[in-house]
Amino acid sequence: MTRAKETASQTAGPYVHIGCTPNFLGIEGIFPEDLGTRMITGEPEGERITVTGSVIDGAGNVLKDALVEIWQADAAGQFPGHGAAPGFTGWGRSPGDMETGEFSFETLKPGRVPWHDGRKQAPHITVWVVARGINLGLHTRIYFPDEEEANAEDPILQRVEHRQRIQTLIADKTDEGYRFDIRLQGEDETIFFDI
Amino acid sequence: MTNGYTARDRAWHPPALTPLYKTSVARSPRFAPLGHATSASEETGPVFGHDILGPMDNDLITNFAAPGEMAIGPRIVVQGHVRDEFGRPVPHTLVEVWQANAGGRYRHKKEGYLAPLDPNFGGCGRCITDENGFYEFLTVKPGPYPWPNGPDDWRPAHIHLSVFGHSFAQRLITQLYFEGDPMIWQCPIVGTIPSKEAIEGLIARLDRANSLPMNALCYQFDITLRGRRQTMFENRPEGL
Repeated sequence: MTRAKETASQTAGPYVHIGCTPNFLGIEGIFPEDLGTRMITGEPEGERITVTGSVIDGAGNVLKDALVEIWQADAAGQFPGHGAAPGFTGWGRSPGDMETGEFSFETLKPGRVPWHDGRKQAPHITVWVVARGINLGLHTRIYFPDEEEANAEDPILQRVEHRQRIQTLIADKTDEGYRFDIRLQGEDETIFFDI
Repeated sequence: MTNGYTARDRAWHPPALTPLYKTSVARSPRFAPLGHATSASEETGPVFGHDILGPMDNDLITNFAAPGEMAIGPRIVVQGHVRDEFGRPVPHTLVEVWQANAGGRYRHKKEGYLAPLDPNFGGCGRCITDENGFYEFLTVKPGPYPWPNGPDDWRPAHIHLSVFGHSFAQRLITQLYFEGDPMIWQCPIVGTIPSKEAIEGLIARLDRANSLPMNALCYQFDITLRGRRQTMFENRPEGL
């Protein structure tokens, strides 16, 4: 079978928000609501959580023009479209706040999803980050600090060679929920995935 | 059980660090990305129904315009086919587009170019591919514009496209350029792509046969997404 080449990626910048979150930007009247702003649309089972964070460049500056998308299973480890509880979309999209750069998601604590060989993965959220200057969207994952046992047997975390980097994939527990900062460069550079 | 997605060819895509595109310097990861086989976390993705679309969502000429008015500029239709690497159409997937107006100016408070804002042009639209993977939108041809990279760098006329595909692994953002534009080959962002052939894949082709007479020129822009080694939900069409 002939295999075509994937269309080459280009940066989402300078103004990804015009296309993906126009209402956030003040371009109103075209779409009734920006996509991905509400992940919980009903009364699904599970623990409600808030995940916030920021995207930080190699100079320590918080990006104010990033767009973060997440995709995750419901509390039972099922994906929307494949058996998840009604009232949960599994997909969120958040622009960084114009002033602080903070992204934020109101979602459910995900359950465990099978790895491709059938083992259980630890609860996690799949993350995709784009911004001006990011030539190919970056994939990473959010794991949870209160899932030590599951994290210890997670097939991806187990294979991270640089053990000290694992903490870059684990959110911090805060009074408000969870915090997950994404560092594009530097000593604490987040682990990104080639999937 | 699935065999997952084919690996992304990272030599084909722009590398993270491309110093001639200066913004990439502080925003490019330095560690190699960690590879892993895909699981349901990457092989599934959000699905958008036609119920999210409004009737004018793919008409950028009028979707932001005052009643009875239109955006200014050369009218164009952009259409194309979304397929995966194995040639399979990607039906029912969301394509979002955004662009500068015909003068080369974006509707954004941080925009610094002095070209005029068109009061009737918002600059964004969206559509969902049909059952055969085709998409189409109507717009005005965007203008080129200068940007603060080098002392006199210009972006060629372009439209940004965000495509979902059927899984998070297929997620892609790219830009469409226009056939015959000499500015393409002078642009530091285009230049982040190593291969001439890959760049040529981002150039929409003028298609006179599908132009709308006395209305709009047509440009064809096909999109190829990542491929699955086998169909994960081949017995479950609702999984698509």
